[in-house]
Amino acid sequence: MKDYLIYFAQAYPNFRRPELESLADLYNIPLDLSHHDESNPFLIVQLENDDQARKIMERSVLSKGIYELWGHGKTVEELQENVKQISSDKFEIFKENSFRFNFIGYKGSRSNRQKVKLIESFSFMAFTGHVSMNNPDEIYTILEEYEVTGSEKATTPINLWLGRQIQLSARTENILDKYDLRTRKYIGTTSFDAELSLVSCNIGQVAPGKITYDPFAGTGSFLVAAANYGGLPMGSDIDVRMLKGKSDDCNIQANFKQYNTSLYFIDIMTMDFTNNALRSDFVIDTIVCDPPYGIREGLRVCGAKNAEKAAGREHVVIDGEKAHLRRDFIPPKKPYELANLLDDLLTFAADRLPLDGRLAFWMPTANDDFEINQIPQHKNLQLIYNLEQEFNKWSRRLLVYVKRDESYAGETSNGLKAHHIKNFRERYFNGFNEKSR
Amino acid sequence: MKFLTTNFVKCPIKGCQSSLDAFPLKYEECQLAQEEQEYNPEFLCHMLERLDWNAILKVAHDLGNDSLPPTKPEDLDPIMEDDQAILKDLHTLLLETQVVDGKMVCKNCQHIYYIKNSIPNFLLPPHLC
Repeated sequence: MKDYLIYFAQAYPNFRRPELESLADLYNIPLDLSHHDESNPFLIVQLENDDQARKIMERSVLSKGIYELWGHGKTVEELQENVKQISSDKFEIFKENSFRFNFIGYKGSRSNRQKVKLIESFSFMAFTGHVSMNNPDEIYTILEEYEVTGSEKATTPINLWLGRQIQLSARTENILDKYDLRTRKYIGTTSFDAELSLVSCNIGQVAPGKITYDPFAGTGSFLVAAANYGGLPMGSDIDVRMLKGKSDDCNIQANFKQYNTSLYFIDIMTMDFTNNALRSDFVIDTIVCDPPYGIREGLRVCGAKNAEKAAGREHVVIDGEKAHLRRDFIPPKKPYELANLLDDLLTFAADRLPLDGRLAFWMPTANDDFEINQIPQHKNLQLIYNLEQEFNKWSRRLLVYVKRDESYAGETSNGLKAHHIKNFRERYFNGFNEKSR
Repeated sequence: MKFLTTNFVKCPIKGCQSSLDAFPLKYEECQLAQEEQEYNPEFLCHMLERLDWNAILKVAHDLGNDSLPPTKPEDLDPIMEDDQAILKDLHTLLLETQVVDGKMVCKNCQHIYYIKNSIPNFLLPPHLC
Protein backbone atom coordinates (compact mmCIF):
# COMPACT_ATOMS: atom_id res chain seq x y z
CA MET A 1 0.00 0.00 0.00
CA LYS A 2 1.18 3.52 -0.76
CA ASP A 3 0.23 6.88 0.67
CA TYR A 4 -1.78 9.25 -1.47
CA LEU A 5 -2.93 12.74 -0.63
CA ILE A 6 -6.46 13.77 -1.54
CA TYR A 7 -7.27 17.43 -1.84
CA PHE A 8 -11.00 18.02 -1.35
CA ALA A 9 -13.21 20.87 -2.43
CA GLN A 10 -14.71 22.77 0.48
CA ALA A 11 -18.25 22.17 -0.77
CA TYR A 12 -20.84 19.92 0.88
CA PRO A 13 -18.15 18.42 3.15
CA ASN A 14 -20.58 15.85 4.57
CA PHE A 15 -21.08 14.43 1.05
CA ARG A 16 -17.35 14.07 0.32
CA ARG A 17 -16.70 10.80 2.06
CA PRO A 18 -19.82 9.04 0.69
CA GLU A 19 -18.91 10.17 -2.82
CA LEU A 20 -15.39 8.75 -2.77
CA GLU A 21 -16.45 5.62 -0.88
CA SER A 22 -19.11 4.96 -3.48
CA LEU A 23 -16.68 5.43 -6.37
CA ALA A 24 -14.12 3.16 -4.69
CA ASP A 25 -16.80 0.53 -4.10
CA LEU A 26 -17.94 0.82 -7.72
CA TYR A 27 -14.44 -0.15 -8.87
CA ASN A 28 -13.95 -2.71 -6.06
CA ILE A 29 -11.13 -0.71 -4.55
CA PRO A 30 -10.70 -1.06 -0.78
CA LEU A 31 -10.54 2.46 0.65
CA ASP A 32 -10.59 3.51 4.28
CA LEU A 33 -11.87 7.05 4.76
CA SER A 34 -12.88 6.70 8.40
CA HIS A 35 -10.39 9.40 9.42
CA HIS A 36 -11.94 11.96 7.05
CA ASP A 37 -12.42 15.33 8.76
CA GLU A 38 -15.12 17.56 7.31
CA SER A 39 -13.26 20.71 8.31
CA ASN A 40 -10.00 19.69 6.64
CA PRO A 41 -9.60 19.54 2.85
CA PHE A 42 -6.43 17.39 3.01
CA LEU A 43 -6.59 13.67 3.61
CA ILE A 44 -3.96 10.96 3.33
CA VAL A 45 -5.26 7.57 2.20
CA GLN A 46 -3.71 4.23 1.35
CA LEU A 47 -4.10 2.68 -2.09
CA GLU A 48 -2.38 -0.12 -3.99
CA ASN A 49 -1.32 1.89 -7.00
CA ASP A 50 -1.79 4.93 -9.22
CA ASP A 51 -4.46 3.23 -11.27
CA GLN A 52 -6.71 2.91 -8.22
CA ALA A 53 -6.08 6.55 -7.39
CA ARG A 54 -7.02 7.55 -10.92
CA LYS A 55 -10.24 5.58 -10.80
CA ILE A 56 -11.57 6.97 -7.55
CA MET A 57 -10.72 10.55 -8.49
CA GLU A 58 -11.65 10.87 -12.14
CA ARG A 59 -15.42 11.21 -11.62
CA SER A 60 -15.32 13.02 -8.32
CA VAL A 61 -17.20 16.28 -7.96
CA LEU A 62 -16.36 17.05 -4.34
CA SER A 63 -12.64 16.36 -4.56
CA LYS A 64 -10.09 18.32 -6.53
CA GLY A 65 -7.24 15.91 -7.05
CA ILE A 66 -5.12 13.06 -5.80
CA TYR A 67 -1.34 12.99 -5.42
CA GLU A 68 1.23 10.35 -4.69
CA LEU A 69 2.61 11.54 -1.37
CA TRP A 70 6.30 12.43 -1.49
CA GLY A 71 6.55 14.16 1.84
CA HIS A 72 4.95 16.26 4.54
CA GLY A 73 6.18 18.87 6.98
CA LYS A 74 5.06 21.75 9.15
CA THR A 75 7.79 23.91 7.65
CA VAL A 76 9.64 23.94 4.33
CA GLU A 77 12.68 22.43 6.05
CA GLU A 78 10.64 19.66 7.60
CA LEU A 79 9.02 18.91 4.25
CA GLN A 80 12.37 18.64 2.51
CA GLU A 81 13.76 16.40 5.24
CA ASN A 82 10.73 14.16 4.92
CA VAL A 83 10.93 14.03 1.12
CA LYS A 84 14.57 12.95 1.32
CA GLN A 85 13.67 10.37 3.92
CA ILE A 86 10.66 8.67 2.33
CA SER A 87 10.94 9.42 -1.39
CA SER A 88 14.62 9.22 -2.37
CA ASP A 89 13.95 5.95 -4.17
CA LYS A 90 11.45 7.75 -6.42
CA PHE A 91 13.92 10.41 -7.61
CA GLU A 92 15.62 7.82 -9.79
CA ILE A 93 12.38 6.47 -11.31
CA PHE A 94 11.29 9.89 -12.58
CA LYS A 95 14.77 11.31 -13.10
CA GLU A 96 14.59 11.76 -16.86
CA ASN A 97 10.93 12.68 -17.21
CA SER A 98 9.95 16.19 -18.17
CA PHE A 99 8.20 17.98 -15.31
CA ARG A 100 6.84 21.14 -13.81
CA PHE A 101 5.80 22.31 -10.39
CA ASN A 102 2.35 23.48 -9.30
CA PHE A 103 1.20 25.20 -6.14
CA ILE A 104 -2.04 24.78 -4.26
CA GLY A 105 -2.60 27.05 -1.30
CA TYR A 106 -5.52 26.59 1.03
CA LYS A 107 -6.52 29.84 2.75
CA GLY A 108 -3.31 31.49 1.64
CA SER A 109 -0.67 31.64 -1.07
CA ARG A 110 2.80 32.86 -1.77
CA SER A 111 4.19 35.30 -4.29
CA ASN A 112 5.65 34.10 -7.59
CA ARG A 113 9.13 34.99 -6.41
CA GLN A 114 8.73 32.88 -3.32
CA LYS A 115 7.34 30.03 -5.42
CA VAL A 116 10.37 30.02 -7.69
CA LYS A 117 12.64 30.06 -4.67
CA LEU A 118 10.79 27.17 -3.10
CA ILE A 119 10.93 25.12 -6.31
CA GLU A 120 14.68 25.74 -6.58
CA SER A 121 15.14 24.47 -3.05
CA PHE A 122 14.01 21.04 -4.28
CA SER A 123 16.99 20.81 -6.63
CA PHE A 124 18.35 18.00 -4.42
CA MET A 125 15.92 15.69 -6.27
CA ALA A 126 18.37 16.15 -9.16
CA PHE A 127 15.93 15.65 -12.04
CA THR A 128 17.61 15.76 -15.41
CA GLY A 129 14.44 15.89 -17.50
CA HIS A 130 13.55 19.26 -18.95
CA VAL A 131 10.96 21.59 -17.53
CA SER A 132 7.78 21.59 -19.60
CA MET A 133 5.03 24.00 -18.70
CA ASN A 134 2.46 22.75 -21.21
CA ASN A 135 2.92 19.05 -21.49
CA PRO A 136 5.09 17.63 -18.75
CA ASP A 137 5.36 13.90 -18.01
CA GLU A 138 5.00 14.60 -14.32
CA ILE A 139 3.56 17.45 -12.29
CA TYR A 140 4.89 17.94 -8.78
CA THR A 141 2.51 19.86 -6.59
CA ILE A 142 3.32 21.67 -3.40
CA LEU A 143 0.13 21.81 -1.36
CA GLU A 144 0.08 24.29 1.48
CA GLU A 145 -2.36 24.82 4.29
CA TYR A 146 -2.47 28.26 5.85
CA GLU A 147 -4.31 29.36 8.93
CA VAL A 148 -6.04 32.71 8.89
CA THR A 149 -6.31 34.49 12.21
CA GLY A 150 -8.14 37.77 12.36
CA SER A 151 -8.25 39.84 9.21
CA GLU A 152 -4.61 39.52 8.22
CA LYS A 153 -3.49 37.57 5.24
CA ALA A 154 -1.71 34.36 6.17
CA THR A 155 1.85 34.27 4.89
CA THR A 156 3.35 31.19 6.52
CA PRO A 157 1.79 27.79 5.93
CA ILE A 158 1.13 25.48 8.87
CA ASN A 159 1.36 22.33 6.74
CA LEU A 160 3.10 21.51 3.48
CA TRP A 161 2.96 18.44 1.31
CA LEU A 162 4.81 17.48 -1.85
CA GLY A 163 2.91 15.19 -4.18
CA ARG A 164 3.19 13.81 -7.67
CA GLN A 165 -0.08 14.57 -9.42
CA ILE A 166 -1.94 11.38 -10.31
CA GLN A 167 -5.40 12.56 -11.29
CA LEU A 168 -7.37 15.76 -11.19
CA SER A 169 -11.09 15.44 -10.50
CA ALA A 170 -14.04 16.10 -12.78
CA ARG A 171 -14.57 19.25 -10.75
CA THR A 172 -11.08 20.52 -11.50
CA GLU A 173 -11.71 19.70 -15.17
CA ASN A 174 -14.64 22.16 -15.01
CA ILE A 175 -17.57 19.78 -15.00
CA LEU A 176 -19.61 22.28 -12.98
CA ASP A 177 -19.26 24.93 -15.67
CA LYS A 178 -20.18 22.41 -18.31
CA TYR A 179 -23.43 21.42 -16.56
CA ASP A 180 -24.25 24.85 -15.15
CA LEU A 181 -28.03 25.34 -15.38
CA ARG A 182 -27.48 28.89 -16.64
CA THR A 183 -26.05 27.61 -19.89
CA ARG A 184 -28.28 24.52 -20.24
CA LYS A 185 -30.67 24.70 -23.17
CA TYR A 186 -33.75 23.37 -21.42
CA ILE A 187 -34.45 23.92 -17.74
CA GLY A 188 -37.55 24.48 -15.63
CA THR A 189 -38.48 25.53 -12.12
CA THR A 190 -37.78 22.02 -10.84
CA SER A 191 -34.36 21.57 -12.49
CA PHE A 192 -31.85 20.19 -10.01
CA ASP A 193 -28.51 21.97 -9.64
CA ALA A 194 -25.58 20.49 -11.54
CA GLU A 195 -23.27 19.88 -8.61
CA LEU A 196 -25.60 17.83 -6.45
CA SER A 197 -27.17 15.97 -9.34
CA LEU A 198 -23.70 14.79 -10.40
CA VAL A 199 -22.86 13.92 -6.79
CA SER A 200 -26.14 11.98 -6.52
CA CYS A 201 -25.15 9.95 -9.59
CA ASN A 202 -21.72 9.23 -8.12
CA ILE A 203 -23.15 8.08 -4.81
CA GLY A 204 -25.85 6.17 -6.70
CA GLN A 205 -23.06 4.41 -8.62
CA VAL A 206 -24.31 5.25 -12.07
CA ALA A 207 -21.86 3.57 -14.44
CA PRO A 208 -21.29 2.84 -18.14
CA GLY A 209 -23.94 0.55 -19.58
CA LYS A 210 -26.13 0.64 -16.48
CA ILE A 211 -29.78 1.57 -16.85
CA THR A 212 -30.48 4.59 -14.68
CA TYR A 213 -34.10 5.40 -14.04
CA ASP A 214 -35.59 8.66 -12.78
CA PRO A 215 -39.34 8.20 -12.19
CA PHE A 216 -39.79 11.93 -11.58
CA ALA A 217 -37.66 13.16 -14.44
CA GLY A 218 -39.12 16.65 -14.94
CA THR A 219 -36.70 18.50 -17.20
CA GLY A 220 -34.22 15.62 -16.97
CA SER A 221 -31.54 17.01 -14.60
CA PHE A 222 -30.59 13.57 -13.28
CA LEU A 223 -30.82 12.05 -16.75
CA VAL A 224 -28.09 14.27 -18.21
CA ALA A 225 -25.99 13.85 -15.07
CA ALA A 226 -26.27 10.06 -15.40
CA ALA A 227 -25.32 10.13 -19.08
CA ASN A 228 -22.22 12.13 -18.19
CA TYR A 229 -20.96 9.00 -16.43
CA GLY A 230 -21.97 6.69 -19.25
CA GLY A 231 -25.19 5.56 -17.55
CA LEU A 232 -28.18 4.82 -19.77
CA PRO A 233 -30.86 7.21 -18.58
CA MET A 234 -34.56 6.54 -18.74
CA GLY A 235 -37.07 8.95 -17.34
CA SER A 236 -40.76 9.18 -16.68
CA ASP A 237 -42.95 11.93 -15.34
CA ILE A 238 -46.66 12.46 -14.81
CA ASP A 239 -46.39 15.89 -16.42
CA VAL A 240 -46.11 15.57 -20.19
CA ARG A 241 -45.40 19.28 -20.64
CA MET A 242 -42.09 18.98 -18.81
CA LEU A 243 -41.01 16.02 -20.91
CA LYS A 244 -42.06 17.71 -24.12
CA GLY A 245 -40.15 20.92 -23.54
CA LYS A 246 -40.69 24.05 -25.55
CA SER A 247 -39.25 23.26 -28.98
CA ASP A 248 -36.78 21.00 -30.75
CA ASP A 249 -33.95 23.18 -29.47
CA CYS A 250 -35.34 23.45 -25.99
CA ASN A 251 -36.23 20.03 -24.65
CA ILE A 252 -34.62 17.07 -22.92
CA GLN A 253 -33.13 15.70 -26.15
CA ALA A 254 -31.58 19.10 -26.86
CA ASN A 255 -29.76 18.92 -23.52
CA PHE A 256 -28.28 15.54 -24.43
CA LYS A 257 -27.15 16.99 -27.76
CA GLN A 258 -25.61 19.95 -25.97
CA TYR A 259 -23.55 17.62 -23.75
CA ASN A 260 -22.80 15.24 -26.58
CA THR A 261 -24.33 12.28 -24.74
CA SER A 262 -27.35 11.52 -26.99
CA LEU A 263 -25.80 8.12 -27.55
CA TYR A 264 -26.59 7.05 -24.00
CA PHE A 265 -30.08 8.48 -23.72
CA ILE A 266 -32.73 5.75 -23.76
CA ASP A 267 -36.11 7.45 -23.56
CA ILE A 268 -38.71 9.42 -21.67
CA MET A 269 -42.36 8.55 -21.13
CA THR A 270 -45.41 10.06 -19.55
CA MET A 271 -46.32 7.87 -16.62
CA ASP A 272 -47.78 7.95 -13.17
CA PHE A 273 -45.09 6.26 -11.08
CA THR A 274 -47.72 4.42 -9.02
CA ASN A 275 -49.11 2.84 -12.21
CA ASN A 276 -45.81 1.88 -13.74
CA ALA A 277 -45.53 0.63 -17.31
CA LEU A 278 -41.95 -0.71 -17.18
CA ARG A 279 -42.14 -4.48 -17.50
CA SER A 280 -41.31 -6.11 -14.19
CA ASP A 281 -38.48 -8.33 -15.48
CA PHE A 282 -36.65 -5.38 -17.00
CA VAL A 283 -33.60 -4.78 -14.79
CA ILE A 284 -33.08 -1.23 -13.62
CA ASP A 285 -29.56 -0.88 -12.27
CA THR A 286 -29.86 2.42 -10.46
CA ILE A 287 -32.62 4.80 -9.44
CA VAL A 288 -31.68 8.43 -8.85
CA CYS A 289 -34.42 10.99 -8.33
CA ASP A 290 -35.90 13.96 -6.57
CA PRO A 291 -39.55 13.08 -5.94
CA PRO A 292 -42.02 15.90 -6.61
CA TYR A 293 -43.26 16.46 -3.08
CA GLY A 294 -41.11 19.54 -3.22
CA ILE A 295 -42.20 23.09 -3.22
CA ARG A 296 -42.74 23.82 -6.88
CA GLU A 297 -44.97 20.91 -7.71
CA GLY A 298 -47.58 19.45 -5.42
CA LEU A 299 -47.66 15.69 -5.34
CA ARG A 300 -50.26 14.17 -7.65
CA VAL A 301 -51.07 10.82 -9.16
CA CYS A 302 -53.74 9.65 -11.60
CA GLY A 303 -57.22 9.31 -10.17
CA ALA A 304 -60.38 11.24 -9.41
CA LYS A 305 -60.29 13.75 -6.56
CA ASN A 306 -63.86 12.92 -5.78
CA ALA A 307 -64.51 9.26 -6.45
CA GLU A 308 -68.26 9.57 -5.93
CA LYS A 309 -68.63 12.34 -8.47
CA ALA A 310 -66.46 10.49 -10.97
CA ALA A 311 -68.35 7.21 -10.65
CA GLY A 312 -69.77 5.99 -13.92
CA ARG A 313 -67.63 8.26 -16.10
CA GLU A 314 -66.02 5.24 -17.68
CA HIS A 315 -69.29 4.74 -19.54
CA VAL A 316 -69.30 8.19 -21.13
CA VAL A 317 -69.30 7.93 -24.91
CA ILE A 318 -68.31 10.72 -27.30
CA ASP A 319 -68.83 10.30 -31.06
CA GLY A 320 -69.31 6.57 -30.60
CA GLU A 321 -66.01 6.16 -28.72
CA LYS A 322 -65.53 5.63 -25.01
CA ALA A 323 -64.33 8.99 -23.71
CA HIS A 324 -61.36 7.57 -21.80
CA LEU A 325 -60.06 5.78 -24.90
CA ARG A 326 -60.02 8.90 -27.06
CA ARG A 327 -56.79 10.51 -28.16
CA ASP A 328 -57.63 13.81 -26.49
CA PHE A 329 -58.66 12.33 -23.13
CA ILE A 330 -56.82 13.93 -20.22
CA PRO A 331 -56.77 11.67 -17.15
CA PRO A 332 -57.70 13.59 -13.99
CA LYS A 333 -55.19 13.73 -11.14
CA LYS A 334 -55.58 13.68 -7.40
CA PRO A 335 -53.34 14.71 -4.51
CA TYR A 336 -51.26 11.95 -2.98
CA GLU A 337 -49.47 11.56 0.34
CA LEU A 338 -45.69 11.79 0.46
CA ALA A 339 -45.56 8.86 2.88
CA ASN A 340 -47.37 6.65 0.37
CA LEU A 341 -45.19 7.72 -2.53
CA LEU A 342 -42.02 6.90 -0.61
CA ASP A 343 -43.49 3.48 0.25
CA ASP A 344 -44.17 2.95 -3.45
CA LEU A 345 -40.66 4.08 -4.38
CA LEU A 346 -38.95 1.75 -1.90
CA THR A 347 -41.13 -1.20 -2.88
CA PHE A 348 -40.44 -0.56 -6.55
CA ALA A 349 -36.69 -0.29 -5.92
CA ALA A 350 -36.67 -3.48 -3.84
CA ASP A 351 -38.50 -5.30 -6.67
CA ARG A 352 -36.53 -4.00 -9.63
CA LEU A 353 -32.94 -3.34 -8.54
CA PRO A 354 -30.35 -6.09 -8.89
CA LEU A 355 -28.42 -7.15 -5.77
CA ASP A 356 -26.18 -4.28 -4.62
CA GLY A 357 -28.05 -1.89 -6.91
CA ARG A 358 -28.64 1.54 -5.43
CA LEU A 359 -31.62 3.81 -4.89
CA ALA A 360 -30.72 7.44 -4.23
CA PHE A 361 -33.39 10.06 -3.71
CA TRP A 362 -33.87 13.43 -2.08
CA MET A 363 -36.33 13.92 0.73
CA PRO A 364 -37.18 17.26 2.31
CA THR A 365 -37.66 17.46 6.07
CA ALA A 366 -38.72 20.28 8.37
CA ASN A 367 -35.96 20.86 10.90
CA ASP A 368 -38.27 21.45 13.85
CA ASP A 369 -39.93 18.06 13.81
CA PHE A 370 -37.43 15.79 12.10
CA GLU A 371 -36.78 12.48 13.74
CA ILE A 372 -34.64 9.78 12.29
CA ASN A 373 -37.54 7.35 12.18
CA GLN A 374 -39.22 9.49 9.51
CA ILE A 375 -36.80 8.05 7.02
CA PRO A 376 -38.65 5.20 5.33
CA GLN A 377 -37.17 1.71 5.44
CA HIS A 378 -37.74 -1.44 3.45
CA LYS A 379 -36.76 -4.94 4.59
CA ASN A 380 -34.62 -5.62 1.49
CA LEU A 381 -33.01 -2.19 1.28
CA GLN A 382 -30.17 -1.10 3.50
CA LEU A 383 -30.00 2.62 4.14
CA ILE A 384 -26.30 3.42 3.79
CA TYR A 385 -26.32 7.21 3.66
CA ASN A 386 -28.52 9.96 5.03
CA LEU A 387 -26.86 13.18 3.89
CA GLU A 388 -28.31 16.46 4.94
CA GLN A 389 -28.20 19.72 3.03
CA GLU A 390 -29.43 22.34 5.45
CA PHE A 391 -31.46 25.38 4.58
CA ASN A 392 -32.98 27.72 7.08
CA LYS A 393 -36.03 26.00 8.50
CA TRP A 394 -35.87 22.86 6.42
CA SER A 395 -33.37 20.47 4.99
CA ARG A 396 -33.25 18.09 2.17
CA ARG A 397 -31.56 14.76 2.57
CA LEU A 398 -30.01 12.49 0.03
CA LEU A 399 -31.06 9.01 1.13
CA VAL A 400 -29.13 6.16 -0.40
CA TYR A 401 -30.18 2.53 -0.14
CA VAL A 402 -28.57 -0.69 -1.35
CA LYS A 403 -30.61 -3.69 -2.44
CA ARG A 404 -29.77 -6.71 -0.27
CA ASP A 405 -30.74 -10.34 -0.62
CA GLU A 406 -33.23 -12.25 1.51
CA SER A 407 -30.64 -12.86 4.22
CA TYR A 408 -30.66 -9.15 5.01
CA ALA A 409 -33.39 -8.90 7.59
CA GLY A 410 -34.24 -5.24 7.62
CA GLU A 411 -37.43 -3.78 8.89
CA THR A 412 -40.08 -2.09 6.81
CA SER A 413 -41.21 1.14 8.41
CA ASN A 414 -42.56 4.52 7.47
CA GLY A 415 -42.28 7.13 10.17
CA LEU A 416 -44.09 9.76 8.14
CA LYS A 417 -47.17 7.59 8.06
CA ALA A 418 -46.92 6.48 11.66
CA HIS A 419 -46.54 10.02 12.98
CA HIS A 420 -49.04 11.64 10.64
CA ILE A 421 -46.46 14.10 9.37
CA LYS A 422 -48.31 16.55 7.20
CA ASN A 423 -47.48 17.31 3.67
CA PHE A 424 -44.09 19.02 3.54
CA ARG A 425 -45.34 21.48 0.96
CA GLU A 426 -48.17 22.63 3.18
CA ARG A 427 -45.79 23.25 6.04
CA TYR A 428 -43.38 25.13 3.79
CA PHE A 429 -46.04 27.60 2.77
CA ASN A 430 -47.18 28.00 6.38
CA GLY A 431 -43.68 28.94 7.48
CA PHE A 432 -43.02 25.85 9.61
CA ASN A 433 -44.79 27.34 12.62
CA GLU A 434 -46.42 25.39 15.43
CA LYS A 435 -49.82 25.64 13.82
CA SER A 436 -48.67 24.10 10.56
CA ARG A 437 -47.57 20.86 12.22
CA MET B 1 -40.28 6.90 -28.54
CA LYS B 2 -37.45 4.72 -29.74
CA PHE B 3 -38.28 1.29 -31.12
CA LEU B 4 -36.02 0.01 -28.34
CA THR B 5 -38.37 1.37 -25.69
CA THR B 6 -41.27 -0.75 -26.96
CA ASN B 7 -39.31 -3.65 -25.46
CA PHE B 8 -39.42 -2.17 -21.96
CA VAL B 9 -43.05 -1.12 -21.56
CA LYS B 10 -46.23 -3.05 -20.96
CA CYS B 11 -49.79 -2.25 -19.93
CA PRO B 12 -49.58 -0.60 -16.46
CA ILE B 13 -53.10 -1.58 -15.39
CA LYS B 14 -52.98 -3.69 -12.21
CA GLY B 15 -55.32 -6.35 -13.61
CA CYS B 16 -52.88 -6.97 -16.47
CA GLN B 17 -49.82 -7.48 -14.23
CA SER B 18 -49.77 -11.24 -14.60
CA SER B 19 -51.20 -11.44 -18.11
CA LEU B 20 -48.84 -12.61 -20.84
CA ASP B 21 -50.84 -10.54 -23.32
CA ALA B 22 -49.96 -7.22 -21.68
CA PHE B 23 -46.46 -7.29 -23.21
CA PRO B 24 -45.56 -6.22 -25.73
CA LEU B 25 -48.31 -3.77 -26.55
CA LYS B 26 -49.77 -3.84 -30.02
CA TYR B 27 -48.66 -0.90 -32.13
CA GLU B 28 -51.26 0.53 -34.48
CA GLU B 29 -51.56 3.50 -36.85
CA CYS B 30 -47.96 4.43 -36.13
CA GLN B 31 -46.07 7.22 -37.80
CA LEU B 32 -42.35 6.48 -37.89
CA ALA B 33 -39.35 8.68 -38.42
CA GLN B 34 -35.66 7.91 -38.78
CA GLU B 35 -33.43 9.96 -36.55
CA GLU B 36 -29.73 9.62 -36.99
CA GLN B 37 -27.80 8.42 -33.94
CA GLU B 38 -24.13 7.78 -33.36
CA TYR B 39 -23.33 4.11 -34.09
CA ASN B 40 -21.92 2.28 -31.09
CA PRO B 41 -21.63 -1.51 -31.48
CA GLU B 42 -20.62 -2.11 -27.83
CA PHE B 43 -23.75 -0.35 -26.66
CA LEU B 44 -25.86 -2.56 -28.92
CA CYS B 45 -24.21 -5.81 -27.86
CA HIS B 46 -24.77 -4.86 -24.26
CA MET B 47 -28.36 -3.86 -24.90
CA LEU B 48 -29.14 -7.09 -26.77
CA GLU B 49 -28.75 -9.02 -23.52
CA ARG B 50 -31.62 -7.09 -22.00
CA LEU B 51 -34.00 -7.54 -24.91
CA ASP B 52 -36.98 -9.83 -25.12
CA TRP B 53 -36.48 -10.93 -28.71
CA ASN B 54 -39.99 -12.29 -29.23
CA ALA B 55 -41.39 -8.93 -28.28
CA ILE B 56 -39.02 -7.26 -30.75
CA LEU B 57 -40.33 -9.54 -33.50
CA LYS B 58 -43.98 -8.83 -32.64
CA VAL B 59 -43.57 -5.06 -32.57
CA ALA B 60 -41.48 -5.10 -35.76
CA HIS B 61 -44.31 -7.07 -37.37
CA ASP B 62 -46.87 -4.50 -36.14
CA LEU B 63 -44.77 -1.82 -37.80
CA GLY B 64 -44.44 -3.76 -41.07
CA ASN B 65 -40.97 -5.26 -40.67
CA ASP B 66 -40.77 -9.05 -40.94
CA SER B 67 -37.11 -9.26 -41.94
CA LEU B 68 -35.57 -9.87 -38.51
CA PRO B 69 -33.81 -13.11 -37.64
CA PRO B 70 -36.27 -15.40 -35.79
CA THR B 71 -33.91 -15.93 -32.85
CA LYS B 72 -31.90 -13.38 -30.95
CA PRO B 73 -28.48 -12.84 -32.56
CA GLU B 74 -25.93 -13.88 -29.95
CA ASP B 75 -22.22 -13.44 -29.36
CA LEU B 76 -21.98 -10.76 -31.98
CA ASP B 77 -18.47 -9.52 -32.60
CA PRO B 78 -18.26 -5.94 -33.89
CA ILE B 79 -15.02 -6.82 -35.70
CA MET B 80 -16.59 -9.56 -37.87
CA GLU B 81 -18.04 -8.27 -41.10
CA ASP B 82 -21.18 -10.42 -41.00
CA ASP B 83 -21.89 -9.44 -37.43
CA GLN B 84 -21.32 -5.83 -38.28
CA ALA B 85 -24.10 -5.90 -40.86
CA ILE B 86 -26.49 -7.29 -38.25
CA LEU B 87 -25.43 -4.68 -35.71
CA LYS B 88 -25.90 -1.86 -38.20
CA ASP B 89 -29.41 -3.14 -38.96
CA LEU B 90 -30.20 -3.37 -35.27
CA HIS B 91 -28.85 0.12 -34.77
CA THR B 92 -31.15 1.47 -37.46
CA LEU B 93 -34.15 -0.38 -36.08
CA LEU B 94 -33.73 -0.08 -32.32
CA LEU B 95 -32.16 3.32 -31.90
CA GLU B 96 -32.83 5.33 -35.03
CA THR B 97 -36.45 4.36 -35.62
CA GLN B 98 -38.74 6.67 -33.69
CA VAL B 99 -42.46 6.16 -33.22
CA VAL B 100 -43.56 9.75 -33.52
CA ASP B 101 -47.27 9.18 -33.26
CA GLY B 102 -49.58 6.22 -32.87
CA LYS B 103 -51.54 3.87 -30.64
CA MET B 104 -50.43 1.17 -28.25
CA VAL B 105 -53.14 -1.34 -27.44
CA CYS B 106 -53.08 -3.86 -24.61
CA LYS B 107 -53.94 -7.28 -26.00
CA ASN B 108 -55.31 -8.30 -22.62
CA CYS B 109 -57.63 -5.44 -21.63
CA GLN B 110 -57.83 -3.56 -24.95
CA HIS B 111 -56.97 -0.26 -23.30
CA ILE B 112 -55.51 2.24 -25.77
CA TYR B 113 -52.43 4.35 -25.04
CA TYR B 114 -51.27 7.08 -27.37
CA ILE B 115 -47.88 8.25 -28.55
CA LYS B 116 -47.76 11.94 -29.31
CA ASN B 117 -44.72 14.04 -30.20
CA SER B 118 -42.64 10.86 -29.82
CA ILE B 119 -43.61 10.53 -26.15
CA PRO B 120 -45.67 7.51 -25.09
CA ASN B 121 -48.38 8.29 -22.56
CA PHE B 122 -49.36 5.70 -19.94
CA LEU B 123 -51.58 7.84 -17.73
CA LEU B 124 -54.73 5.99 -16.70
CA PRO B 125 -58.35 7.07 -16.28
CA PRO B 126 -59.59 6.92 -12.66
CA HIS B 127 -61.52 3.65 -12.95
CA LEU B 128 -58.38 1.81 -14.07
CA CYS B 129 -55.96 3.21 -11.46
